[in-house]
Amino acid sequence: MQRIGVFVCWCGSNIAGTVDVQAVSEALKLEPGVVFSTNYQYMCSQAGQQIIKDAIKEHKLTGIVVCSCSPRMHEATFRKTAAAAGLNPYMVEIANIREQCSWVHKDVPTGTEKAIILGKAAVAKVNLNAPLTPGESPVTKRALVIGGGIAGIQTALDIADAGFPVDIVEKKPTIGGKMAQLDKTFPTLDCAACILTPKMVDVAQNEKIRIFSYSEVEEVKGFVGNFDVKIKKKARYVNEDVCTGCGACTEKCPQKKVPNEFNLGMDNRRAIYIPFAQAVPKVATIDPNYCTMLKTGKCGVCSKVCTAGAIDYKQQDQIIEEKYGAIVVATGFNPISMDKFEEYAYSQSKDVITSLEFERLTNAAGPTAGKLLRPSDLEHPHTIVFVQCVGSRCENCAEKGKEYCSKICCMYTAKHAMLVRDKYPDTEVYVFYIDVRTPGKNFDEFYRRAVEEYGVHYIKGMVGKVTPEGNKLKVQASDLIMNKQVHIDADLVVLAAAIEPDKSARPLATMLTASMDTNDFFTEAHPKLRPVESPTAGVFLSGACQGPKDIPETVSQAGAAASKVIGLLAKDKLTGNPCIASPNEQMCNGCSSCERVCPYGAITYVDKEFRMPDRTTLMRRVAQVNPAVCQGCGACTVACPSGAMDLRGFASAQIIAEVDAICK
Amino acid sequence: MQVNEKKPLIVAFCCNWCSYAGADLAGNNRLAYPADVKIIRVPCSCRVNPMFILRAFQRGADGVIICGCHPGDCHYTSGNYFTRRRMAMLFSMLDYLGIEKERTRVEWVSAAEGAKFAATMNDFAEKVAALGENKRLEDLRCKR
Repeated sequence: MQRIGVFVCWCGSNIAGTVDVQAVSEALKLEPGVVFSTNYQYMCSQAGQQIIKDAIKEHKLTGIVVCSCSPRMHEATFRKTAAAAGLNPYMVEIANIREQCSWVHKDVPTGTEKAIILGKAAVAKVNLNAPLTPGESPVTKRALVIGGGIAGIQTALDIADAGFPVDIVEKKPTIGGKMAQLDKTFPTLDCAACILTPKMVDVAQNEKIRIFSYSEVEEVKGFVGNFDVKIKKKARYVNEDVCTGCGACTEKCPQKKVPNEFNLGMDNRRAIYIPFAQAVPKVATIDPNYCTMLKTGKCGVCSKVCTAGAIDYKQQDQIIEEKYGAIVVATGFNPISMDKFEEYAYSQSKDVITSLEFERLTNAAGPTAGKLLRPSDLEHPHTIVFVQCVGSRCENCAEKGKEYCSKICCMYTAKHAMLVRDKYPDTEVYVFYIDVRTPGKNFDEFYRRAVEEYGVHYIKGMVGKVTPEGNKLKVQASDLIMNKQVHIDADLVVLAAAIEPDKSARPLATMLTASMDTNDFFTEAHPKLRPVESPTAGVFLSGACQGPKDIPETVSQAGAAASKVIGLLAKDKLTGNPCIASPNEQMCNGCSSCERVCPYGAITYVDKEFRMPDRTTLMRRVAQVNPAVCQGCGACTVACPSGAMDLRGFASAQIIAEVDAICK
Repeated sequence: MQVNEKKPLIVAFCCNWCSYAGADLAGNNRLAYPADVKIIRVPCSCRVNPMFILRAFQRGADGVIICGCHPGDCHYTSGNYFTRRRMAMLFSMLDYLGIEKERTRVEWVSAAEGAKFAATMNDFAEKVAALGENKRLEDLRCKR
């Protein structure tokens, strides 16, 4: 008979607000096997854990039940606590009375009743628990970073710095991400390229870092420390090792009318291209959608001008298989589409642009060589209107925009306004805003400089409509402070589009079995205390894939993610999961049903000698489970016709006990 | 006071990697669903032995739902495919025995789908409640 201790956590008011914790601990005291029951404000705290440790020793407990938050949150904590008090950590069961009870049920009687039932189920399970000892698994000392923007770059550099090999997978032909497209950066106004490109070169030159550009992750298998990843290297029709990046092909290619995505379609590139001058790797890529040779088989100009002989029209997509110990997601963000914001006339006028397009317009390497010219007639604009929160903080309009604040727009708009006033003091700049949000080091000072020193007109209110009329844009807006309508004849309207996670994030999350929130941002293992880890072990988060972030924040998160990866890769072995299948050899009849359903090939058969009651021996074929290979899914336990196969930690008897407790 | 009104009893088997996490996410987002739903954590939906479901109905459960990762996303590669095939068999057999199809369900809920978890549970609980108490398999010898 077990001696079970029950510990009910209040979780402050998170649980205690909806569950009568006193009643729960009283009720569970009466359950079979329970010799001790208590409740405490925070069981996971030092003091709470001490209560558990003391009780284990004082009452000679053989098993404990903690009624608290999800086992995904604190199971490991309480197992450690139990181990510290000399109890086998697998004699701990958690009744999830927070996420699956107090947080989803409103009134106290209902919550309390359910909490008691969940507690009873956990007690019933612990009654049948047996001590388990985990095996160990090796750690592949190599990290994968998915995404080659500033987040991915910084993470890779930091991991490589610690001496571990890192691979970066970037879907575009070059690393650099959004930051490479920016002009200046707030709040210091240093140029983005000047601080980013040296880092890109560092990546290229670092012996520990491999860059798989123009590549995508195809498949992720395995688990923390032992991920098997398939990476698809898309055919760029140029031999990367041979191409010198001289650019001769990109000048001679006759297909000139390809929208240049790096400049957001504001100018054209060739069918063979290098995205920008400082691209890493500096290798040409052929766009198969536009290349005449690939489409019709006639042309071949680039292969003629390439002195290195790097062009290879027959190149195929290549699948690279590699093992990794840790995976960092750094898939970043994109501005949302302006299709649903017709009131701002984005599709009607070339002079209504997004902020990222504005970055390219003011960038010295952009389509206008850094001169601020209207896209429609290449004239210098004299009146510019900036519209904030286009699609951000969109309450009750989730189908159109996003409910969250995109966080970076207030600051970059202040930067844009300042840059315009600095270069062209004759230009009038208006900014329409809901609120100006500038928390951050030197951020508010920066915004105030825009207003006070640069004379930018900040108007609290939203723009209702933009109408193109002649070569002007009629902007109709409200001034909430003066309480009047404002009409401005603008030359250029810049929309601060909300940002959203990259489209590739969701399929990737599925592959990684990592959680996402409703906005497709990756969720962190703990919003405050484990902000750079995904709840899925071995998967880490870096940059805007986790939530809107500016560059300083992204870089600090990237470093934090790297340090977590280094901590993991520095280990030689990870303790495995002892909850694996185990056959009862007396019952096994060697039918091979379990072997057929095992996805890991963990089950083999051996001939074993059994001693019969009449003192004869009998050779029988019985199943054997390889503990290093078994992952503990339990498929075999259901396939077994004789019921010989069982799963440790989730034994049939235990689950039935839970069912019984719930259905009582 | 209505004494006879018995609340429906629903047992939900959730796989540890997707659906249990989805249920946690529903909690994190405070998405309410009926307290009649009691979740049992299993490593994978394929761990759910038909025996467990029969046991639940025998003990007076009014509905049993099994939640796993979406097809193709199983943490254990193929576990949910086993679930899908096993449960299709079991549920049609249960239907034959008089346990209506609405009382049993397999649903795929990913770790990111807290909203789907809550919506599924609300919908399932509503359908089960509409059917009333399940007496077909209930084994009175199990009752104390």
